[in-house]
Amino acid sequence: MIARLVADARHVAVGAASPIPAAACELLKAQGKPIRVTRLHQRKGNPFTEGSRELFDLAGQGRIDFFFLGGAQLDGQANINLVRAEGRRFPGSFGSAFMYFHCRTVLFREEHSRRVLVPKVEFVSAPGWSPPEVVRPGGPFALLTGAALFAWQKDKRRFRLQSMHEPADIRAITGFDFDAPSEVPLTPPPSAAELELLRGPVALRLAPDYPDFASRVWGKINGRE
Amino acid sequence: MEAVRALIRRKAKNLRLLGVPVLGMSADLLIGAGCVAEVHSSAVSLGEAGLAPRFTEAAEKGEIRLVDTTCPAVHTALQATEKGVPFMPLRGVIGSDLPNGRRDWQIGQNPFAAGQDPILLVAAIAPDAALFHARWGDEAGNVWVGRRRELATIAHAARHTYVTVEEARPGDMLEDELLAPGVISAAYVTSYAEAPRGAWPLGVADVYAIDDAHVAQYARAAKTREGFQRYLDEFVWSAKKSSLPA
Repeated sequence: MIARLVADARHVAVGAASPIPAAACELLKAQGKPIRVTRLHQRKGNPFTEGSRELFDLAGQGRIDFFFLGGAQLDGQANINLVRAEGRRFPGSFGSAFMYFHCRTVLFREEHSRRVLVPKVEFVSAPGWSPPEVVRPGGPFALLTGAALFAWQKDKRRFRLQSMHEPADIRAITGFDFDAPSEVPLTPPPSAAELELLRGPVALRLAPDYPDFASRVWGKINGRE
Repeated sequence: MEAVRALIRRKAKNLRLLGVPVLGMSADLLIGAGCVAEVHSSAVSLGEAGLAPRFTEAAEKGEIRLVDTTCPAVHTALQATEKGVPFMPLRGVIGSDLPNGRRDWQIGQNPFAAGQDPILLVAAIAPDAALFHARWGDEAGNVWVGRRRELATIAHAARHTYVTVEEARPGDMLEDELLAPGVISAAYVTSYAEAPRGAWPLGVADVYAIDDAHVAQYARAAKTREGFQRYLDEFVWSAKKSSLPA
């Protein structure tokens, strides 16, 4: 699904702890799309020679089309919180307060629950919206969870449910209000060809950088085959 | 990491850590061992091994002072010091809760813009000490960090720079055209010490890889104070094991 969202991008960057977006971008490459994928945490052949500073400099100049951000909490205004929630401390904001302003951003979180998708975040690591005088070429583009895909409506500052991955009561598991069509379509599943690429060349590309993720996901899949 | 273990053995106290731009296992060890008063960072985590357990508990219990920031703000603040200017502007951030209560960040107006153009001004940061591990140190006192050139910015901005190196080598690396771009000149290096496998359980590019299994073992052990103490006993207080390959 992520691969379809960012299919037209020329340059996509993937930050820390994002194996699933990384897999999506590598899938696009494996399909022969002319896309540059910059993975911040690539251990071998990392494209940066000035560490992560170069990522932010690239983004600041508008040289990165898409980025991915998650959150301990995300709200209906597309604010993200990576710092603290319900008395629990999370790692921190990373580069979100900058990248969210400069790249079209796919918000991604596997867990779809009222605990994560809240009416209002407890701490704003990066805001979903900025007043017109604030320079902001980037911002929210879509929100993808393990259950559904939402599009961001910039003019209304609200999410709109686009599709769900399996039949479910999305309102019941979402803490914020959103627009939805009367009939919510199902997300088209990955094709056999896409799955084959994901389990083959994509898995090989990712395994050195996300060994734990790769063995959890592809180790099991390959074990079953 | 060898220097971190040495700091714990020396019972360092009241350290203020600056993450450039994030912190990981080194910080978690220092926090768990009671060496740290303040953490100023964009994030503290163990990467794929998950949350940094000693940081998380100390933060939740309010045992350390926290300055939450965002990665490019740290780079910008160090670059300001590098250039000897008091602050530098940075796009983004406005509307985040991060600037709340911070006196070293201000929102100003772009003086070159015709209309309203608010922009964040980040005060320069000059750390007392920079500490990192590198591949080589040479007779002239230079160290080679290769592609990790952001480390040069830390060294340029810090008042003192201490480095552990995998290997000491003869000569002057600045005389070698191929090595020179990855070198931090001795002018910025207070001193270096040889510490073979000194990054372990983290890695050094092309020399040894990160020991993922050990980091995961640490993440599990450090979930409790008792487990963390046992880890220290085994890998820090008795220094034998820490330099051996996993």
